[in-house]
Amino acid sequence: MTNWKLWLPFGLFALFFIVVAGGLISPSDRTITSKMIGKPLPEFNLPQAVQDRPALSTTDFTTGKPKLLNIFASWCVPCIAEAPHLQALTNAGAEINGVAIRDKPADVAAFLARNGNPYAKIGADNLSSVQLEIGSSGVPETFVVDGQGRITYQHIGDIRASDVPMLLEKLEEAR
Amino acid sequence: MIAEAGLACLWLAAALSLLQLLAGGFSLAGKGEQLASIIRPVAIVQGILVAIAFVMLIWLFLRTDLSVKLVAMNSHSAKPFLYKFAGTWGNHEGSMLLWVTIMGLSGSCIALLEKRLRSDTMIATLAAQAFVSIGFYAFLLFSSNPFERLPSPAPEGQGLNPLLQDPGLAFHPPTLYIGYVGLSVAFSFAVGALITRNVGPVFARAMRPWVLGAWIFLTLGITAGSYWAYYELGWGGWWFWDPVENASLMPWLAATALLHSVSVLATRGALRTWTIMLAVVAFSMSMVGTFLVRSGILTSVHAFAVDPERGSFILALLAIYIGGALALFAIRAVTIREGTRFSFFSREGALVLNNVLLTAILGIVLIGTLYPLLTEAMGTKVSVGPPYFNPVGAAFALPMLVVMAAGPLLRWRGDSGRKLLNMMALPALVAAVTLLLVVLFGGQIGILPLLGLILATGLAIASIIPLWRRNLLRTPLNIWGMVIAHMGIAVALFGMASESAFNQEVLVASQPGESHEVGPYTLTFNTIEPVAGPNWTALEANITAKVTASGKLDTLNPQSRNFSSPPTQTSEAALLTRWNGQLYVVLGEENVDGRWQLRLWWKPFVTFIWYGGLLIGLGGLLALIGRTVRDIKRRRHDMQDAQNAQAEEAAA
Amino acid sequence: MRLLVIITMFLGMVGMAVAQQSMPPAPYAYQQLDDPAQEAEAKALMETLRCLKCQSQSIADSDAPMAGDMRHQVRTRIAAGEDPEAIRAWLVERYGDWVSYAPTVSAVTWPLWAAPVILLLLALFLMRGRFRRAHTDDGKDS
Repeated sequence: MTNWKLWLPFGLFALFFIVVAGGLISPSDRTITSKMIGKPLPEFNLPQAVQDRPALSTTDFTTGKPKLLNIFASWCVPCIAEAPHLQALTNAGAEINGVAIRDKPADVAAFLARNGNPYAKIGADNLSSVQLEIGSSGVPETFVVDGQGRITYQHIGDIRASDVPMLLEKLEEAR
Repeated sequence: MIAEAGLACLWLAAALSLLQLLAGGFSLAGKGEQLASIIRPVAIVQGILVAIAFVMLIWLFLRTDLSVKLVAMNSHSAKPFLYKFAGTWGNHEGSMLLWVTIMGLSGSCIALLEKRLRSDTMIATLAAQAFVSIGFYAFLLFSSNPFERLPSPAPEGQGLNPLLQDPGLAFHPPTLYIGYVGLSVAFSFAVGALITRNVGPVFARAMRPWVLGAWIFLTLGITAGSYWAYYELGWGGWWFWDPVENASLMPWLAATALLHSVSVLATRGALRTWTIMLAVVAFSMSMVGTFLVRSGILTSVHAFAVDPERGSFILALLAIYIGGALALFAIRAVTIREGTRFSFFSREGALVLNNVLLTAILGIVLIGTLYPLLTEAMGTKVSVGPPYFNPVGAAFALPMLVVMAAGPLLRWRGDSGRKLLNMMALPALVAAVTLLLVVLFGGQIGILPLLGLILATGLAIASIIPLWRRNLLRTPLNIWGMVIAHMGIAVALFGMASESAFNQEVLVASQPGESHEVGPYTLTFNTIEPVAGPNWTALEANITAKVTASGKLDTLNPQSRNFSSPPTQTSEAALLTRWNGQLYVVLGEENVDGRWQLRLWWKPFVTFIWYGGLLIGLGGLLALIGRTVRDIKRRRHDMQDAQNAQAEEAAA
Repeated sequence: MRLLVIITMFLGMVGMAVAQQSMPPAPYAYQQLDDPAQEAEAKALMETLRCLKCQSQSIADSDAPMAGDMRHQVRTRIAAGEDPEAIRAWLVERYGDWVSYAPTVSAVTWPLWAAPVILLLLALFLMRGRFRRAHTDDGKDS
């Protein structure tokens, strides 16, 4: 047997070591990002989620003005935390359309009454179908959609105070 | 004081293992012959000390000493005795202490019992064992001290997770651990033999019982784990190709290969470098398994309490031991004589082929498990699951099963192909009949389950042929062991294939009074009532299972349980086990219209999977007993010969 | 060590399930398709799709509500006559290769599929010398 063959196991082990050490040094981030960024918003037409806000469909995003699409739910705890920051975005002139995931109208209404209602329109997505269509894997998530209905940015998790200027900038960029 | 005494024992044991290593090193280097004589006693005392430390920890758990951090974090004064006891190793620190305890005790056993090896190889083996132990002692003492006290005692323990409060916890982890650590002994033997250039049949015979023992425990541990997941997760799955499952499968595959190659080495003196290589690979797979589970580097359903820092520690140990051993191998293997050669059509030939295929499967599992890590470094997330492992694994496993059927029918050294064909006629016939039956009555089933069923029946027949025309009472136990273990593989395979092919699933929204048919049963949903347990409340369904054909009745009580602290909802599946399969019933949630979701499965012959696992373990046990008895007899025989010779000399 | 804690995640999921109980699951989350052939097709596909909310489970064996919604998607699409691979492609287009347990052959995954072939060649290469030698040596074995 030649010498190099005997070093083969050592070489394979070194390879293994590099792969796992790499994985350990830079731990993977476990979020699953949407692959729909840069693509047009899929066709959807959601029913009304609450009495005092109109229903939501794709055409609401092709008005020429960039908007935010916020995935939320009354049963979602971080959604309560991000509510004031959504309000701040609305106050700064952003238009936010909500998609309520797997939620009853009464629960959504109570949630909005308690935490404020920053939404222009809200669609009820009871089967997570829009959520799946746009590649969102959790609640809450926020998408920036440009005036032609193209998704330009995805924010995963709740919006913090520090994210507000960033999202306003993303809206500006999408103009 | 108990905690302090335990910690002191642990430090002492660590110090002794250092002494064991140094004494071994110096005496091998020829710088202290007298040091050699202390190694055995030191190894024995080290094992005893670490065992005492472990007993101390068990004691602390049984007393629920809440001033000890580990106990306060993982136990509760109101917990049933069994779970206080098993809770000792239901956490990271305790399980690592269990690991070093088993390691220390195995060291003691080698020191006490092993008499055949050349003394320098023996010293090198014990030194290697000490070297490995030191790393784990350091890991325990510096990064996971189980005896750490709290500044002030906790008022009450945080309890053990309800899902872990299962007899499975008492059995599954220690069994796997004994298996993992048993492989560390094989590793030490291999390193010892490499250092002293003494790789031969005697070394193989010394190593074999450890490999066999480790393999038995790994087999039982995996079998138990699979059944535990099967009834606990509530969806009737028994293997998910999850990283943590793969982590336990890989050492088993390596140990299986090692078990067979060590037999070739012991019997025929061949496969020397290969056996050494496998011994190193087998232990490295144990460590890789531990690493994958503890570091949290891969996501798993069976996620352990993970910690990247501990992961780095284990990875460092892995680099030192495995990297070191592989480098030693590369340097030393050149000097190993390859030993006897053999032809392809021989027992050895079949064993080599089986080894190569097993190693290839191991490679596939390892690559598939780690691949997502590699692509992630390149910026793409992928998942590797059953659609990869099943067909690719089967491409190697199915030929391996054929070799497994044929191998035991071949003679050592060389055999004729025609004789083999004659002997394989019956298994082939049975396989063909299975094919016919399945095609006629089985309905549409996938290609893999079909091949599985055919090979399982063929292999079952082939595996008992070695007993043909033998006097069954005088057949050596190790032959029985082989036959039963191979039969176990056939049985398990039959269960897997049958479950995949014929599993019947019925999901219904039901209300009391309604009946549903699944498999040969008619299930009637009678009532749903609240029940209470020690630390949970539940809704329990009462379901009557009637065999549709004969009208025989049984009752099933699946539950939907709510634990109060922490608030957890679990579903407890109800299982009805019959010789020809299992009825698996899960109570889901209540729908808006007042109907209850029921998940019903009829899984024909699914239990064969675990019966097969038990048979494999039993086969291993018989082989171990057979070999050991034979060794003892041989030793007595040798001693008697020596005595006779002495007596003759005296008489003359 | 596997089951020694299905826990952390499982708990997380169950906790969520409790929070989301206000809404009934999607119709086809826990209901089979009437046509057994279609149901079998759907089941086979679901077993190879990864649950987005869970750590490492297919949508076929998860209680997470989102897995239920994904099952609903799969079943309704299959019932509408869509090809399983088209449904998989639809999800991959949205979530990337991660969502499918069946790795495709692509620039980053070809080594995975080449691995068995490479292993086979390597094995043959390492055994080659030995068996040829063994054959020529037959009879004059040492």
